[in-house]
Amino acid sequence: MFQTLTDKFEGIFGRLGRKGRLSEADVNEALKEIRVALLEADVHLSVVRNLRSRIKERAIGDEVHAALNPAQQVVKIVNEELTASLGGETIKITYASRPPTVVLMAGLQGAGKTTSAAKLARWFKAQGRNPLLVGADLQRPAAVEQLRTLGRSIDVPVFSEPSDPIAVAGAAIEEARKTGRDVVIVDTAGRLAIDEALMEEVHRVSDTVEPDYTFLVVDAMTGQDAVNVAEAFHQRLALDGVVLTKLDGDARGGAALSVKEVVGRPIAFAATGEKMEDFELFHPERMASRILGMGDMLTLIEKAEQAYEADEAEEAAARMLEGQFTLDDFLEQMQQLKKMGPLQNLVGMLPGLPKEMRNVDVDDREIARIEAIIRSMTTEERANPKLIDASRRGRISKGSGTNPTQVSGLITQFGEMQKMMKRLGGMGTKKVKTPRKAKRGKAKGKGKGGRVTPKGGTQRRTTTGGGRVTPKGTKAQKSPLMLPGLDRINDDDIENMMDRF
Amino acid sequence: MSDFVQFVTENLIQTLIAVLVVFVVGGGAFIAVRSRGRDLELIDDSPDVDISSRIGDVVADTDVAEPDDEGAAGVDHGDGDTFDDSTAAGAVVELEELVKPSFFERLSKARSAFSGYLGTLVGSGRLGDDDWEALEDALIQADVGVSVAMKLIEDVKATAAQSGAEDGAGVLELLKARMHDELAGKQRDLCLEEGKTNVWLFVGVNGVGKTTTIGKVGRRLVDEGHRPLMAAGDTFRAAAAEQLMMWGERAGTDVVRGSEGGDPASVIFDGVAAAAARGCDVVLGDTAGRLHNKSNLMDELGKVRRVADRDPGHVSEVLLVLDATTGQNGMAQAKVFTEAVNVTGIVLTKLDGSARGGIVFAVESELSIPVKLVGLGEKVGDLVDFDPVAFVDALFD
Repeated sequence: MFQTLTDKFEGIFGRLGRKGRLSEADVNEALKEIRVALLEADVHLSVVRNLRSRIKERAIGDEVHAALNPAQQVVKIVNEELTASLGGETIKITYASRPPTVVLMAGLQGAGKTTSAAKLARWFKAQGRNPLLVGADLQRPAAVEQLRTLGRSIDVPVFSEPSDPIAVAGAAIEEARKTGRDVVIVDTAGRLAIDEALMEEVHRVSDTVEPDYTFLVVDAMTGQDAVNVAEAFHQRLALDGVVLTKLDGDARGGAALSVKEVVGRPIAFAATGEKMEDFELFHPERMASRILGMGDMLTLIEKAEQAYEADEAEEAAARMLEGQFTLDDFLEQMQQLKKMGPLQNLVGMLPGLPKEMRNVDVDDREIARIEAIIRSMTTEERANPKLIDASRRGRISKGSGTNPTQVSGLITQFGEMQKMMKRLGGMGTKKVKTPRKAKRGKAKGKGKGGRVTPKGGTQRRTTTGGGRVTPKGTKAQKSPLMLPGLDRINDDDIENMMDRF
Repeated sequence: MSDFVQFVTENLIQTLIAVLVVFVVGGGAFIAVRSRGRDLELIDDSPDVDISSRIGDVVADTDVAEPDDEGAAGVDHGDGDTFDDSTAAGAVVELEELVKPSFFERLSKARSAFSGYLGTLVGSGRLGDDDWEALEDALIQADVGVSVAMKLIEDVKATAAQSGAEDGAGVLELLKARMHDELAGKQRDLCLEEGKTNVWLFVGVNGVGKTTTIGKVGRRLVDEGHRPLMAAGDTFRAAAAEQLMMWGERAGTDVVRGSEGGDPASVIFDGVAAAAARGCDVVLGDTAGRLHNKSNLMDELGKVRRVADRDPGHVSEVLLVLDATTGQNGMAQAKVFTEAVNVTGIVLTKLDGSARGGIVFAVESELSIPVKLVGLGEKVGDLVDFDPVAFVDALFD
């Protein structure tokens, strides 16, 4: 799965060398791969067809940009097309001049309507509104109970009564007016798109409450059927947007594209986790790279951003590059890293990492062991690990419940890392980003053009519309650091990894 | 590359350090750079999102909505204690009449809305390239998956060339036969060992219909003269236990529940103990829905299974519930759940909709996990045995 499109394209275009233009035959071959990749991501067949023709039109005869090789050029086009298809107008919530603003949630069973309704209520609350949740799912046992529990957890009142959905919805609007609630979110029962009676029912609920926004809740894992579902619901309810749920799973989420194409309305929100606050406005550019199987660099970067204080991080990075990075700093950084979640997940988000490496079991307990070792050292030892002799090593290993070999192993590796950092730092000026740029150029060495634009970096940003100068390709530049000064890795490996980034 | 791999596996600590370095130097510098130019940033426009909390928190988990039978909402519910029975099994409870749908009947109702795209093919003469592609597309649209579809078509092309059957109807028959073969000869009975307290665990991602399936299975077992007991192992999702208790009522079975947020393994274990004490022969263990890429939650599930298997419990089925609308991700779900808890069978739910559930064909043929049951609606009786022939036929209807 992680053999990404670029890898495949490199296979196709590799033998062609660097031609000035892409020929139709080259592009056709690449298009086959694109079709497979999109279908594997659950993009609907008909949507794939449309996309293919658009991509073909753009790719044939396209001047290969100086900084890109043909494979990257095609990936760039594909990514741009996907982003454009997913994006378009973004939703802008405007509030009804005569409150309440009514939001209707509809969808299949199990898509996540109840949870999303509550998350949306929380979102409105964060915008300074006073939402009211309405339990109009009288079908599923305990659905209203579920909504009440969620409502309590976010401190939003829930209105429901055991009558019928239409009556509940109508009464809820009254209730909202009486109690001064300015947003009403109506949770409805899950229903199959082909169930005439239930589709008629939701239509009547909609007629009763006259929603300002009708959202279709769609599970990101949905397959080809997403198109049928979206069509059927759109016909009945005239959707205003889509809420895409379960994006914290590993589905590539092609359904988002299918639904967007069919409904022609924006994907408004994305549910990205189990907590009430795991709910955000939708980012088309992230989804595009996800569908293409290119990792989620932006999320990763955001995670890093949240876990680290910018100043702190800058300082740590500077110290690291100057070779003044001590075990204490290391410990500190490790804590920060832990905040970002299990290492395994972080590794999984790095795009283009070799499959083999992704599959390595990264055990967070290893981190605990390293921590224990460092914590068992004295302050002096942490600042200057050279102090550590056999007897100190014995003490440390006892203190940390490890053995002396593990202790010396850690120290040796840390030393190597330090050395490498120093080398790296020596290459550039004070500016943190500069040395790495230098390093990248060096490691690459083959003149593919320093600023290559592969998956992770630039091109996605370019598509999001400029303004963003510096950070491009930062990830890419990092890759040599993945290999802390070790000669067992040969240049090809590095080259390989670099290309993937 | 292999050197590299070996290096990585042998040097876990080093890998950790490497990753750390990437984050510290890379992430740090990146952030530094970004924070300087923050005014220019366009990407993050969501003010109140805490993405870092999304991954890796302690065991916590939610099951989104699940489909269900009609019934009143807001019915009273017992709260709190572990042994809280909804109904005494065996007590005379008015059970809803069970109407078993036929596989075909339900499917044909669902299909009529979207059928007909292979109709023209079957009537046509010798197949051209476009026809073959249409056949492949039909498989893809049924969620069989592009690689499996391509492989099947290739095989059938070869067979067709040999046998001389190159007209539409003949080829379609060949294709179906090829798929029937793939699904033939599987053991699809549910395993109940006599004289033991059997445990059937129901696992799956959020919102596939685990709780509903348990309700239906419970009723079916009661009708077959067994004494099932339900254990509300979904202690995470709000009101999941209440939902199961209502199903217990409909099925006429005992339900054992714990407190919300409690340890699911202990609820299942209590269920086993209660079942043994009351002479119930099978415990139907509900579990919270979990996305398979959350390793902490998968570990939790592993623990549930181990604890359930402790004497007097005996885990005889681990049923992965898959939603028919699921696309290619179903394969990943099946793989990871099998690794974690050794799945013994699949329940395919929501097949009464417009989705065809083709991913289970891929799952069954690649992972050899048999599909055992099919959910065809929201009523307590809407659960039937999997019929491979009818299933394959329905993929093309």
